[in-house]
Amino acid sequence: MEYTVFILLLPLAMFLLLGLLDSKLKPRVAGILGTLGMTVCAALAYFTAYQFFTQPRNAEGVIPSVTPYNYEWLRFTENLHIDLGIYLDPISVMMLVVITTVSLMVHIYSLGYMHGEKGFQRYYAFLSLFSMSMLGLVVATNIFQMYIFWELVGVSSYLLIGFYYTKPAAIAASKKAFIVTRFADLGFLIGILILSFFTKTFDFATLTATPTAIITETAGATFLGCSVASWALALIFMGGAGKSAMFPLHIWLPDAMEGPTPVSALIHAATMVVAGVYLVARLFPVYCVTPEVLELITTVGAITALYAAIVACVQTDIKRVLAFSTISQIAFMIVALGVANDTDLHEGLGYMASMFHLFTHAMFKALLFLGAGAIIHAVHSNEMSEMGGLRKYMPITHITFLIACLAIAGIPPFSGFFSKDEILTAVMNKSTFWGIWMTVVAGLTAFYMFRLYFRIFWWKNTDCSHHTPHEAPLTMTLPLIFLALVTCVAGFIPFGELVSVNGQPYHIHLDWSVATTSIIVAVCAISLAAWLYLKENKKPTAMADATRTLHTAAYRRFYIDEIYLFITHKIIFKGICAPIAWFDRHIIDGTMDMFANVTQWVSARIKGLQSGYIQSYVWILLMGTLLIAAITIICLL
Amino acid sequence: MDFSQYSLIWEYMQSELLLLVATVLLFFIDLFASPRFLDKWFSGIACVLLAAVTAVSCIPGSETHTLFGGMFINTPMTTAMKMVLNIGTILVLLQAHSWVNSEACKVRRGEFYELMFFTLFGMYLMISSGHFLIFFIGLETASLPIAALVAFNKQGGDSYESGAKYLFNAVFSSAIFLMGISFMYAMSGSLYFEDIALAATANTALFIVALAFIISGIGFKLSLVPFHLWTADVYQGGPTAVTAYLSVISKGAAAFAFLWVLFKTFSPSPEVWQGILYVLIILTITLGNLFAIRQKDLKRFLAFSSISQAGYIMLGVMANSAQGMTALVYYILVYIFSNLAAFGVIATIENKTGKVNMDDYNGLYQTNPKLSLAMMLAMFSLAGIPPFAGFFSKFFIFASAVNSGYYILVLIALLNTIISLFYYLLVVKAMFINPNDNPIETVKTGCYGRTGLVICVAGILILGIASCVYGYLSGLSLTVGI
Repeated sequence: MEYTVFILLLPLAMFLLLGLLDSKLKPRVAGILGTLGMTVCAALAYFTAYQFFTQPRNAEGVIPSVTPYNYEWLRFTENLHIDLGIYLDPISVMMLVVITTVSLMVHIYSLGYMHGEKGFQRYYAFLSLFSMSMLGLVVATNIFQMYIFWELVGVSSYLLIGFYYTKPAAIAASKKAFIVTRFADLGFLIGILILSFFTKTFDFATLTATPTAIITETAGATFLGCSVASWALALIFMGGAGKSAMFPLHIWLPDAMEGPTPVSALIHAATMVVAGVYLVARLFPVYCVTPEVLELITTVGAITALYAAIVACVQTDIKRVLAFSTISQIAFMIVALGVANDTDLHEGLGYMASMFHLFTHAMFKALLFLGAGAIIHAVHSNEMSEMGGLRKYMPITHITFLIACLAIAGIPPFSGFFSKDEILTAVMNKSTFWGIWMTVVAGLTAFYMFRLYFRIFWWKNTDCSHHTPHEAPLTMTLPLIFLALVTCVAGFIPFGELVSVNGQPYHIHLDWSVATTSIIVAVCAISLAAWLYLKENKKPTAMADATRTLHTAAYRRFYIDEIYLFITHKIIFKGICAPIAWFDRHIIDGTMDMFANVTQWVSARIKGLQSGYIQSYVWILLMGTLLIAAITIICLL
Repeated sequence: MDFSQYSLIWEYMQSELLLLVATVLLFFIDLFASPRFLDKWFSGIACVLLAAVTAVSCIPGSETHTLFGGMFINTPMTTAMKMVLNIGTILVLLQAHSWVNSEACKVRRGEFYELMFFTLFGMYLMISSGHFLIFFIGLETASLPIAALVAFNKQGGDSYESGAKYLFNAVFSSAIFLMGISFMYAMSGSLYFEDIALAATANTALFIVALAFIISGIGFKLSLVPFHLWTADVYQGGPTAVTAYLSVISKGAAAFAFLWVLFKTFSPSPEVWQGILYVLIILTITLGNLFAIRQKDLKRFLAFSSISQAGYIMLGVMANSAQGMTALVYYILVYIFSNLAAFGVIATIENKTGKVNMDDYNGLYQTNPKLSLAMMLAMFSLAGIPPFAGFFSKFFIFASAVNSGYYILVLIALLNTIISLFYYLLVVKAMFINPNDNPIETVKTGCYGRTGLVICVAGILILGIASCVYGYLSGLSLTVGI
């Protein structure tokens, strides 16, 4: 399967081509070129998936993983070397399909959405760069390669969030996203270094094959009461939490919505933000040897899920609602991983459920974002108050959006129902407390999504804006229809047969007690949303007034951003940075100035050596030689 | 003598002999072809011939060959070194094209190429020698034609002055070198490297004096302090193409040769020459830098920068290990690309406008963005800023010295890179930041010159990241068995 290398090289070539030619290409040509490149890429990815999943299973019933390509890039010692390669196993192949599909849809969609924007070619170049980085991340053979591409997706995300670089909010958002994720990546890097220091390898295959070796390697090494292995894995998870916007590192994601909407669909809903989930899944056997870290992961995920769901209920910017919904849904995946275990298929249900939800969520959340893009395109605003009654004007967007909402709310037979049900079952098996907690969050999900849906498409009957909104062009509706179809059928994919914790086929069966509960909760939540938002009325305002404090707090995202600002500006900047800056400006710079002055002074003193006279040159040459000989003789004899 | 001997010679000395054939071929073409043909094709033919020699004979094999009873040794590593030199020379030839074909120079065009090829032949002999006489012949063959090349510009007085200075200094240093090897002969009764290696275990005064003289002779070519004083004057006065050649190829060859002489001859007593080199490296890097920061003339500036670069190169010799050898060859390869990129830009601008002062470069970016970018990359690479190749070459050469335990030496070298960063950035600042009301007009680079520059820039960008180059050299140096 050597051709898989082209899945990476093709977007890279597109990035270089579009990026270097930039405005020399016509926007249309650039867009079509980028889209064609992605089409080929997606075709290759599908073919890879087909070939991979149809290969014969081995004696244990596991699909053997493949490394079709590996290039040793840097070798430090016998064991420690950085390779660049392609590692195919069920989850990386699944990710290849997800990324190329969503990326292709976004490429097509952007042809319409970004039409006439300044910097259209640049936009497509960045999209290609992102696709290349993300694909490189998922096929990484070793943790360092993953880190390299991890940073590259961070950069492309930064570039794309700040695409409208004349808009101050976009610039601020891109900086915020970059700094917050970079801060988390610091933990990731330290984690990698600690882990590789003890295990003497970066290689995923080696790490996951003998995960218990890390325990013996680090035996006895503890730090602040926890074993070093736990610290390393927790720090690695910190990197994942930053990228996946887990509480309290989630603050960048809502702001990242300043980027173009298709970008939000691709990067901040379907692919990059699930990198953290993917990272934990990739290292899952290693995480299983440190149960305390898995517990941490569960807790972080559960808190994030509830927090984001509550905040999503009161936001008025439709992209913000979707952003918080994304955070909450990713937290579902994280929790599912946290409660899983690799002892057997039953215990490992959470792993499969998490990957399944990642897959279905990528499709329906991309659909939601693209639908939101179409709506924003039509009404030229992100605010709910500007919308209402759009179902008449935008029938395709309406139907596809409804399908996505039903999926995320967990209504059968749409894909979200199946994956969410598996997650709830897995959580319930592990602990009833978290099970109930997550069921409540699932109910909240259904509520805020249908609040969004009714506010956009129902609420008002007559349109009072200046012009009539109209349906989006074909380039935009086609991806919507395609993703809606996927959302309808994805639940019936025998996902457990392909991806499971130990690779053996797992037959998914619904746990009807959990399924019924979650359906009832979802239907109740939807009814409540319908009661509140189907027709324009005063009930929502009255409810908000009744719970003023909570409502405001939730609307302001529980003041997490303000807390960050307080800590950074008031404590770190004033208390720590200011004295350091003074020290730097006066003491360190002063020392450097002194060095510079001394250097200049010496330099001026010795310029006479270079007199230009041959006789003095030869004299110095001869004397130098003799002096060297003399000094050496004196020193050595 | 039977004929199998000849066929062996042909097989083992292929690169040297093919280079000679190419030179003779050039000579005849120059003699008999029509002037119009020469104007059009001669430079191209020279480049192609050299490229062909490289492709046919300078691809490292896997075996070591000795000839003439061990006077001539060809190993995979020496072949790789010759390849490095050839690549550099081709780049120099590409950049020299427009100057050599100018009205003033084209009468003597043939000589330029032939002399250059002869010096290259001399360098081959130096690198492959196993005997001090062969080495000396190589040294002289590589030195004397350069004096003629430096004095190549017949109009300006500077060029003559530089030629004369080079010749006098070279002759004097050759005399010291000869003195050194005659002392060696007096001690060991042989001029074979391996015989001397056996006899030189005792640290006698005579041995040390001889060693100092030999180091002085080669140090002259490398322009190590205090044997460096000719460098700036010669670089400034010589034609830019020749200066470029002197600063990278000639220096590179001398470094390679130095490496072999020290490894083959004096490896039993490394502490003596390591002690001497220790001091020389500190002097070279520091003084080179201290002088470089004062320079206003870019060619003079690069002369001093190349002096301090020679100091860094010597760190690889100091390491006295396979890693050091790899790092040294890699350093020179990268240095060739970086320095030739700088010289390429200077040559282009000098040819069209005659300006070589740093102040003339103020605001160059407005009129010549591509040349400025190439120059900037060259400066960044020379200063060792990641991710350009120069960073990696410095990193590897420092790493090799650290692995041999020279922590303080590397620290001093590191501090010096800060000074060097200052003056390299001065050039960048001049081009990009300093305001200028009438900057140098837009210069059009010729096709050859542009090819040369593009290759250099590509080298700067790619060599560091493509770890296979270093890995390949590392594999070769492990076969040497130090």
